[in-house]
Amino acid sequence: MKDRLPGGISIMKQLLTGNEAAAEAAIQAGCRYYYGYPITPQNELINYMSTRMPEVGGAFIQAESEIAAISMVHGSAAAGGRAMTSSSSPGISLKQEGISYLAGSELPCVIVNIQRGGPGLGDISASQADYFQAVKGGGHGDYHTIVLAPCSVQEMADLVYDAFDLADKYRNPVIILGDAQVGQLMEPVEFHKKPKKNLPAKSWALTGAEGRKKNVIKSFYPVKGQLEEFNAHLQRKYRTIEEHEVRYEAINIHKADVILVAYGTSARICKEVVKKSQQYKFKVGMVRPVTLWPFPKEIIRKVSERVECILTVEMSAGQMVEDVKLAVEGRCPVHFYGRTGGGVPTSLEIIRKIVEIVPDNRAANTLLQLAAVK
Amino acid sequence: MHTIYEKPKSFIDTPTHFCPGCGHGIVLRMIAEIIDAWGIRGKTIGLAPVGCAVLAYNYLDIDMCEAAHGRPPAVATGIKRVHPDHVVFAYQGDGDLAAIGTAEIIHAANRGENITFIFVNNAVYGMTSGQMAPTTLLRQKTVTTPSGRDPINSGHPIRVCELLAVLDGSSYLERVSLSSPENIRKTKKAIEKGFKTQMEKKGFSLIEILSPCPIYWRMDANEAMKYIDEEMTRTFPLGVVKDWEHKN
Amino acid sequence: MTEKIILAGFGGQGMMLLGKLLAQAAMTDGKYVTYFPSYGTEVRGGTAVYCLIISNEEIFSPLIEEADTLIVMNQPSYQKYKDMVKPDGLLVLNSSMIKSNNLPDVKTYQVPATEIASKLGNVLVSNIVMLGAFLAIKKLFSAHLILEQLQAMLKGKKGNLFSLNKQALESGMQVIKTV
Repeated sequence: MKDRLPGGISIMKQLLTGNEAAAEAAIQAGCRYYYGYPITPQNELINYMSTRMPEVGGAFIQAESEIAAISMVHGSAAAGGRAMTSSSSPGISLKQEGISYLAGSELPCVIVNIQRGGPGLGDISASQADYFQAVKGGGHGDYHTIVLAPCSVQEMADLVYDAFDLADKYRNPVIILGDAQVGQLMEPVEFHKKPKKNLPAKSWALTGAEGRKKNVIKSFYPVKGQLEEFNAHLQRKYRTIEEHEVRYEAINIHKADVILVAYGTSARICKEVVKKSQQYKFKVGMVRPVTLWPFPKEIIRKVSERVECILTVEMSAGQMVEDVKLAVEGRCPVHFYGRTGGGVPTSLEIIRKIVEIVPDNRAANTLLQLAAVK
Repeated sequence: MHTIYEKPKSFIDTPTHFCPGCGHGIVLRMIAEIIDAWGIRGKTIGLAPVGCAVLAYNYLDIDMCEAAHGRPPAVATGIKRVHPDHVVFAYQGDGDLAAIGTAEIIHAANRGENITFIFVNNAVYGMTSGQMAPTTLLRQKTVTTPSGRDPINSGHPIRVCELLAVLDGSSYLERVSLSSPENIRKTKKAIEKGFKTQMEKKGFSLIEILSPCPIYWRMDANEAMKYIDEEMTRTFPLGVVKDWEHKN
Repeated sequence: MTEKIILAGFGGQGMMLLGKLLAQAAMTDGKYVTYFPSYGTEVRGGTAVYCLIISNEEIFSPLIEEADTLIVMNQPSYQKYKDMVKPDGLLVLNSSMIKSNNLPDVKTYQVPATEIASKLGNVLVSNIVMLGAFLAIKKLFSAHLILEQLQAMLKGKKGNLFSLNKQALESGMQVIKTV
């Protein structure tokens, strides 16, 4: 970080961890309110913020708990600021109360989850076992957060930057779903400070009701009928997000016999398998969801119409695979390969799994050849 | 004609949901009076708790924010960081502030947050039908302490002002009550002092207000006022507990 | 070109810095690079291991299953990681702290890094001695490029440490040249 340029704006590449890149991108996106609580493996993020926020005149508080940290985010977001908190799995569980309130109060904010192994205290190594929690709600009530899944340090920076715009555009919390690997990995990263998008003014924010009617930020609708109406409004918003904000990366899907579906760290490894397969007759393609919610259903449905099968690879016991199956709706078999408890799948393991699920000698032979290539 | 009595402008003309004899309406009204008198409506932001005062934002005509149960001190902290020169106050009940939100209030005080806390202590959970509060008196009967609060199973009433006084970050702590017109006037003075503390950037202020809940105390309004004076104040003595202006 | 390097030592032996210098140099040189720490819950004294991959092509997994090079500082780390070097790989070990009668069947360089660093007056630069040795063997980058990274890191109060580190780097390179 010593080579950081004044003002934090750099046109040069810097070697940073994903955690640090997330923090710097947030600063450059105009985030001036960060509240966190230490937890491995996201400590580089809170540490970075503690020195960087004062440099840009922002607020940094090491909160008394994860619950307090997300509540402070609630306050700053309600007051119109760009606010962020970050944590790792056990801490994100604690934040669910606040996330539900933020969603119910339609407050924009960014929450970074550098996932570690669970359940319970689990371990401190990489995991993707919080998928359900992130995309299916996590807290109570019918709500969605937008969920973005970076697979590299550069993408971490880019997605954190975009997350603030998405949050403001839809008045909705955005979760960055990373893991211990993408959080602690160091890679060269560039911060492309993009021009601000045309975002709606925050006329709803609490600024003191000088010369205007009061603003109230709340999620409580005790009068019969009001809450249903509000939920209908939320659902309309979610459909709009599903329509406009789906992001994914598709590699070699047109020639593929088998499609891998993976996100984040496991997608990086799948990409290696895809690359290796290009020199053989039997082709492996890949769909990498970048938005986990909204989920890229449409592209997965399309590829399912012409491939032999789909293999979902996750660092979990099988979570995203359920959404893949929902998108495929039985058009082709959907298989799963997963590792848990800090295990990261290797390309060889994935290839062996492909050999296992493709009952075709020709394919198996080429794939075994493929497996031999280091 | 000379006006001698008027509804405060910052107090919305609407029926409240408070029960007969409840103290919340008195406190909210006094807050509105101060906001009007000091002309600070445009720079005041309030926090409503979860509990009986959850609908405070329906009665006060100022910018307000809801917070999850017990979290007003943290949410207020987030607001204050964005608007450091505004008057930010959190209105909390005893369950909100002294049970589920204990960590938040202690740490807000410990950070010396320049925020004013209006802590309404009526020694019972009203909204959920009369259960024990952290401030329920010993031997006081509630729905969940049907034979009276027994310290062996249920602990002791928490004296919030005294608890926060030991923290270096707290600046002004006073306990007042709503049991008589005189005490109500003292309460208003204390709230004013809390706001003044904040506006002069002197740090954390909390006014604990002993407030009647005749419904769940199972008594009439007069008895409730007497109960404050004769019973509650024995556990929760009135007076200034800490004051930045008069350090001893 | 893809070079997969495992760096291992006990926490506090400076393997993090060694790898970071190489990673910075690789980045400056326009290469793809991933640098991934993997450590236990101990802050000091436990085994610290880092995976560094430098390549002309996109790097997929930042984890290393088979290393081109293992740079290892102490006995427990050596025991734990010696078999991860691929058959035609390279092993650079700190012979001041690692004793072994049956070295793995790979190209091995024994560098008395701790002794050299002690003679230079500061045992903490033993990592830089190892870096010098590795540079002299693999010649991935020029010493000049590494020194530039070092200079950038040793700014301000630490500025006076530059000449010591430079000496350590050169001593490490010298060990290999005189082998």
